[in-house]
Amino acid sequence: MCARGFLTGCLILTYFDFLPPRQISICVYNKFICITQHACHFYKEVYIIYLILIFGLFVQPPTEVRAHDTPNDEGHSITITWEPSAIDSGRVGLFQGYEIYRGESLTGEFKNVGFAAPGMTRFEDSNIGIEDGKAYFYFIRALTTVGYNDSPKVGPSISMAQWFNMQRMNVLVVTLLISILVIYYIRRAHAGDKLFVRKIAGLDAIDDAVGRSTEMGRPILYSFGLSYLNEVWTIASLAILHRVAQKCAEYSTRLLIPHYDPLVMSAAQETVKQAYSEKGRPDLYDERDIPFLTADQFGYAAGVDGIIMREKPGAVFWQGYFYAESLILAETGHSVGAIQIAGTTSVEQIPFFVAACDYTLIGEEMYAASCYLKPEPQMLGSLKGEDFTKAIILIFLVFGAALGTLGVLFKYVANIDRLTIWFESLVQWFNTF
Amino acid sequence: MKREIPIIITFLTGVLCVVAFFVPHPPLGGLQQRFLIWYAIVVGFTMILGLDSLIKYNIKKIRQRKQGWQYSYVLLFGLILVLVTGFQSWFKYNTPFELRSSFMYSYIHIIVPLQSTMFALLAFFVSSAAYRAFRARTFEATLLLVAAAIVMLGRVPIGKMIWDKIPLFSDWLLNIPQLAAKRGIQIGVYLGGVVMSLRIILGIERTYLT
Repeated sequence: MCARGFLTGCLILTYFDFLPPRQISICVYNKFICITQHACHFYKEVYIIYLILIFGLFVQPPTEVRAHDTPNDEGHSITITWEPSAIDSGRVGLFQGYEIYRGESLTGEFKNVGFAAPGMTRFEDSNIGIEDGKAYFYFIRALTTVGYNDSPKVGPSISMAQWFNMQRMNVLVVTLLISILVIYYIRRAHAGDKLFVRKIAGLDAIDDAVGRSTEMGRPILYSFGLSYLNEVWTIASLAILHRVAQKCAEYSTRLLIPHYDPLVMSAAQETVKQAYSEKGRPDLYDERDIPFLTADQFGYAAGVDGIIMREKPGAVFWQGYFYAESLILAETGHSVGAIQIAGTTSVEQIPFFVAACDYTLIGEEMYAASCYLKPEPQMLGSLKGEDFTKAIILIFLVFGAALGTLGVLFKYVANIDRLTIWFESLVQWFNTF
Repeated sequence: MKREIPIIITFLTGVLCVVAFFVPHPPLGGLQQRFLIWYAIVVGFTMILGLDSLIKYNIKKIRQRKQGWQYSYVLLFGLILVLVTGFQSWFKYNTPFELRSSFMYSYIHIIVPLQSTMFALLAFFVSSAAYRAFRARTFEATLLLVAAAIVMLGRVPIGKMIWDKIPLFSDWLLNIPQLAAKRGIQIGVYLGGVVMSLRIILGIERTYLT
């Protein structure tokens, strides 16, 4: 009797644990479940109470089940949403989760197409077999360790592909704005408008660095870091390399470019070859000075450090994308007394380069390099367009900050929450993507 | 035509990618993903180029008896070793990534410790760079030194023991002024990226066409 009483107590505690707030720890809770389940094997009456509780009180299906076409996608997908079952405590215990069933008619066969863990209220059915334009029906089964209960069947819902991703409307607006501004300023530059570009010390120092290295009789080292060719900064870095290679050809200075990616290596080899040819020194080109080292991050750092220690370059260019190896490389360059010019769009690595290098191209300055080094009207116009967009963004930031601040003030002082609503809508619009 | 054809290909590919970003409907939806798969296949083949370059570079070093030429033997030996163990493991276990395989043994017991060693060196490099950066020679450097000292103290228990507001001040420095500067740079980087892409798509930026 004592054991039965204890087990019934466990059962009741288990029951109460379903109801928030949960007041016992997961460990204790799991022990109760374990004991209860064992008890069900030995005592029929406990098992009966358990079943009554599970079926009579606990196993309630999810409510407000809805199935609809997944928005902003390329089709072949239906999204099912629901309100959680009353017994869903958000964790796996007696309640196991939801099984999602799909059928092609209300009366036909339904197949299990997926499972959602406790606490989830959304499932995207994008399994093979969903055809666009065809009607599907769904129901959700709430599962417990001893039983289940099904929701009503919902449907029909039809999957279809959309022609425009509405969630990306904000990106489209900003992209169009930038494009219009860039094209406008390119046209103005073509028309003869003088466009001012501020001095970028890092780019001005290229000639000095190559000259210094030549005077010292040392080679020059150029690194793209861990960049790949499909990244925009690699293209920007190729523009800088072109200028460096031209200068090296002029001064007959050896240029070493160890690589992390073979595709970037091929592009760099072609760039250097072209630059040497333009300066009438194709004889200087040796593709073995532009080798592939390894596609391993720290292996690359070790390899480049080795080259720096052996060759003792007079100038080092770090132009590309870098991760944790940035400081290892830059400090080694510093230790051999090289003049170092770094440029990266990796915000986390900029401080390391600033600390260890003589010049650093910060973020967008790297993208501006090709315009700066080859100041054609089209290039300068694009830079001006970018700056103007930045100014518009700044105005937006100031406007947003003012709106948010005034919104809070009006809400708490005059009980007017319209400004707060506008501010939240604005933030929401920018956050949609 | 040598320049025009690549520019046309770049323009069409760029415009397609931009349109595919906004239009999920087939055949445009998933196009970016398909292009990335093509890129991955091309990159796979270029690894042969990389190997060729690596071997040539090291053979040159050995022939010319350049400084540290002995290490090139180690590198070539390592290259062959990894290839042999990779194939051996593949034949034996149907995959080189089986934990008991010789390939994984060499990875876990040679490559991982070497990577960790290189990473560990970072601590020493940080110290020397910090020493130079934090020398209070100018007003800005002094500000940097003070900020760095507060952030460092705020991250360790002794900071809280000295004054319980130090961690709060450290968090404020990281979350407000530091983050503002970081975001400013990031906005510039993203805008620069968009404009650079636009220049490439429109054929204004031709540096990569050398």
